[in-house]
Amino acid sequence: MHELSIAISMIDQITEESANRGGLDVEAVHLRLGVFSGVDKDALLFSWELACEGSCLEGTRLVIETIPLVIYCAACQKDRVPPSVYQLSCPECGTPGQKIITGREIEVASLEVVA
Amino acid sequence: MITRMVEVRAKVLKQNDLLARTLRERFRQEGTCVVGLVSSPGSGKTAFLEKVLAGLARDSRVAALVGDLATENDAERLRRATPNVKQITTGTVCHLDAQMVEKSLESWRLDRIDFLFIENVGNLVCPSSYDLGEELRFVLLSATEGEDKPLKYPTIFNTSDVAIITKMDLADAAEFDVQAARRNIESVRPGMQIFEVSAKTGNGMQAVFDLLHAQLASARRVAVTR
Repeated sequence: MHELSIAISMIDQITEESANRGGLDVEAVHLRLGVFSGVDKDALLFSWELACEGSCLEGTRLVIETIPLVIYCAACQKDRVPPSVYQLSCPECGTPGQKIITGREIEVASLEVVA
Repeated sequence: MITRMVEVRAKVLKQNDLLARTLRERFRQEGTCVVGLVSSPGSGKTAFLEKVLAGLARDSRVAALVGDLATENDAERLRRATPNVKQITTGTVCHLDAQMVEKSLESWRLDRIDFLFIENVGNLVCPSSYDLGEELRFVLLSATEGEDKPLKYPTIFNTSDVAIITKMDLADAAEFDVQAARRNIESVRPGMQIFEVSAKTGNGMQAVFDLLHAQLASARRVAVTR
């Protein structure tokens, strides 16, 4: 379980971001998390609360948007959602998809701050 | 309470990714071929690496970093093949990151190393998120673990470049279906190169050496043309 490491990296990043913008009163953090990122959503939500305790982000909500796995099908020349995360092939024609378009994201999208 | 949105759009592991990129650039400039090894605990990473180091050390300069939560046991095993081994003990951390790698390299001259191996902590989940700057990542799967490991841990297989099926000498005893294992690897990482080896008997190891030598030759060509 490396979600705690991820949560700590997020806190460092947001603290820096806030300082760069002259200090933000962060109410919520919006995260884009790919299903193929290797990070578990529930474990991250749990770790987030724990990691925030005693930091300037204590009490800040974490809002996670789940990003689906999308691969590129070279045969159809289209982006496709594969049947599952363990079957990376085109659902229409069955061609294996070597290129991942989305699904790996671990990205802070935005901060909701008190105006 | 009135709130407003501040757009950030920043990768959480940006620091790690940037450092990994710097490391990769450094490895390329020095002409060092760097290979990462990931697998579950007990799949034979260290036995495999012992054989790889011993085989390559005959005509190349080799080194290894080996990650574990605790003990120097693996480093001691690998030192039979080469003195250039450093253990990274992570304490409670379940993966290596680029910073640990950078720190471990401090006293080494990379221009005097042909092959550097980075053996990650035995774990099929967490290492997938951290780029270490390696040129190739090997994922190991042992014949005794069962054929469906790739389906259960698709991310680590997908982020790796080469799959090594280890302990093939035990395949019959474990009733391991190697064709099913190959299909499952292909399903999560289409087009992946797969090797079947036994570190114990040495079967299949030559193909791995050939791959590594080819990789080094191409690393050298890149270093020279710069």
